[in-house]
Amino acid sequence: METNGYLDMDLLRFTTAGSVDDGKSTLIGRLMYDTKSIFEDQLQAIEKSSEKRGDENLNLALLTDGLKAEREQGITIDVAYRYFATPKRKFIIADTPGHIQYTRNMVTGASTANLAIILIDARNGMIEQTCRHSFIASLLGIKHIVVCVNKMDLVNFSEESFEKIKASYIDFSKTLNVPDIHFIPISALKGDNVVDASKSMSWYTGSTLLQTLENVQIISDFNFTDARFPVQRVIRPQSDLYPDFRGFAGRVEGGIFRPGDEVTVLPSGISTKIKAIYQEKVELKEAFSPMSVCITLENNIDISRGDMLVKSDNQPKVDQEVELMLCWLNDKKMTPKGKYLLKHTSNEAKCVVKEVAYKVDINNLNKIEGDFEVSKNDIVKITLKSAKPLFFDSYKKNRTTGCLILIDEFSNETVAAGMIL
Amino acid sequence: MSHKLSHLEQLESEAIFIFREAVEQFENPVILFSGGKDSITLVHLAHKAFFPAKIPFPLLHIDTGHNFPETLEFRDELAKRYNVKLDIGYVQDSINRGTAVEEKGLNPSRNTLQSITLLEKLEEGKYDAAFGGGRRDEEKARAKERFFSHRDEFGQWDPKNQRPELWNLFNGKKAQGESFRVFPISNWTEMDVWQYIKKENIALPSIYFSHERSIVNRGGVLLAESPYNTLLPGEKYEKQIIRYRTLGCMTITGAIYSDADTLDKVIEEVAAARETERGNRADDKRSEAAMEDRKKQGYF
Repeated sequence: METNGYLDMDLLRFTTAGSVDDGKSTLIGRLMYDTKSIFEDQLQAIEKSSEKRGDENLNLALLTDGLKAEREQGITIDVAYRYFATPKRKFIIADTPGHIQYTRNMVTGASTANLAIILIDARNGMIEQTCRHSFIASLLGIKHIVVCVNKMDLVNFSEESFEKIKASYIDFSKTLNVPDIHFIPISALKGDNVVDASKSMSWYTGSTLLQTLENVQIISDFNFTDARFPVQRVIRPQSDLYPDFRGFAGRVEGGIFRPGDEVTVLPSGISTKIKAIYQEKVELKEAFSPMSVCITLENNIDISRGDMLVKSDNQPKVDQEVELMLCWLNDKKMTPKGKYLLKHTSNEAKCVVKEVAYKVDINNLNKIEGDFEVSKNDIVKITLKSAKPLFFDSYKKNRTTGCLILIDEFSNETVAAGMIL
Repeated sequence: MSHKLSHLEQLESEAIFIFREAVEQFENPVILFSGGKDSITLVHLAHKAFFPAKIPFPLLHIDTGHNFPETLEFRDELAKRYNVKLDIGYVQDSINRGTAVEEKGLNPSRNTLQSITLLEKLEEGKYDAAFGGGRRDEEKARAKERFFSHRDEFGQWDPKNQRPELWNLFNGKKAQGESFRVFPISNWTEMDVWQYIKKENIALPSIYFSHERSIVNRGGVLLAESPYNTLLPGEKYEKQIIRYRTLGCMTITGAIYSDADTLDKVIEEVAAARETERGNRADDKRSEAAMEDRKKQGYF
């Protein structure tokens, strides 16, 4: 790996989804192997295992199957995170399993991703799971999808097969809300068009997968318009050096803040001006998403964790009722009209499920109305009523101020993930 | 001004966010301080997260009694520099109490005993969250570790029953007696840590850099001369130019031959190890050290 320029590298988080035999683990193994992100001892370990299993080629899938149960069953059962880097970008992969019962894992993996890789087996074309994975990516606000038509070696690298799948995906994707979709014919097993260009598909003149991952423009995915600063902690040193310092620590979750900006504190509605913005000792001229900073204000206002600083001329919605799409994550079903604890930015409040409007059939996006229970992996549209006002944006506008989780107060488990409409 | 953060700036911001979040969600957190580069980086990040206030929690070091003197010196100096309380758990105390039993044999390692002392100290100090320098790139099982990792009342991790972690909403709710491990640098790789150390000019213990030391080569592992190590028949100590990639007990931590005496040279070496170790078979010593790395770091 090249070390020059390492300090200026960019970061791309992506998620991978595919059904059981699409070759997802092989693809990730291939990306790591061909970008030289694997240590000798890891390589030796999988060489040995491959031999033991009687695999013909070095089984790159073994690199990523972490837990013992997974190695035995050959499937991935939880979200695992992988890392590799090229001189241009560092990559964080949220590797998620593709079974229907693992919708919750896909939702989890997609929640922090900028991009999703959707794998399609060239022999089978689009299947139900392709639609499901794509829908989840779209629902979770992912703006870039790379459709990898895999196992091209098993269809004689046929251009026609690829084009047919591409056409049907384009047709299907009109129902999605994903502005940027790429198509690449690959063979993860043989390495075609993953890192190196394929010698067997001269008809394909586009980028390889790695080139695509390196060059996708994600800067425009960040919100630089709607300035939001949820307060995480009040910093009061009360020391000899800083007897009166009162700063508000948090991460900018949208927009740009500058010293002198007029800001309003929610929920109190009091306005003041930003005095200074600090990163440790350094005074900044501006702060933007996703910087963690400490802000001081001109006036001494009572502010605590859970409050939010926003620009006075651009405020979020403030309401106790929110409508959202919710993915149920827990084995225990949702209690009708149940009470839960919600976490939204640095805010926390009790809430009650006021209404469940419909359930989404994630294979075809049809709405199912009427009486039903909400169980694990279900995606539903609901209305929540919170015990105190929330300050939020729609998830579409801002992923951070538009998302929340529900916690069961008896088990303390995270039971649901919601995206505000 | 470009509104783009480099990957290191993004990782730093994420780690600071986690520190602030954990301090608000837990009553009595502590940093597990091993003395190695990852935990030194953690302390640096904690300092940045709360400045100008001082770090609002103590450091906890589990002292096996077999540490390099350089590690202990550095630890004490660091605690003083950041004006942070240092809590030390001694494995020897656990042995004296009879809760831990010294390994038999010529060169007993206290590596596995550390966890016993650690759990005892966490209970004694009523710490409900412990920050660790664990990274997901270290080994396969760790790839599934959460930022906020729930532990039952016996301090155990159940990898098959972890809470889902979405966006940057972290759930630190727990029942009486349960606790959390918190990993602010989960998303960093070894290379990221080294590059960050360089960017931030973070001081490290001298033994990370090339120096002359009296060592014995035992089956490819280069062990330092120390009061805790007994020579086997036919072995003898020799002066060699070496450095350490990880810091642990003197009884088991292997050095590597290296003349990397500056941070830049160390980073170059780390980068090169990756490349040559791939594909063609690197020499056993190198790979032995890499194995050792992971075992050691797995402890936290």
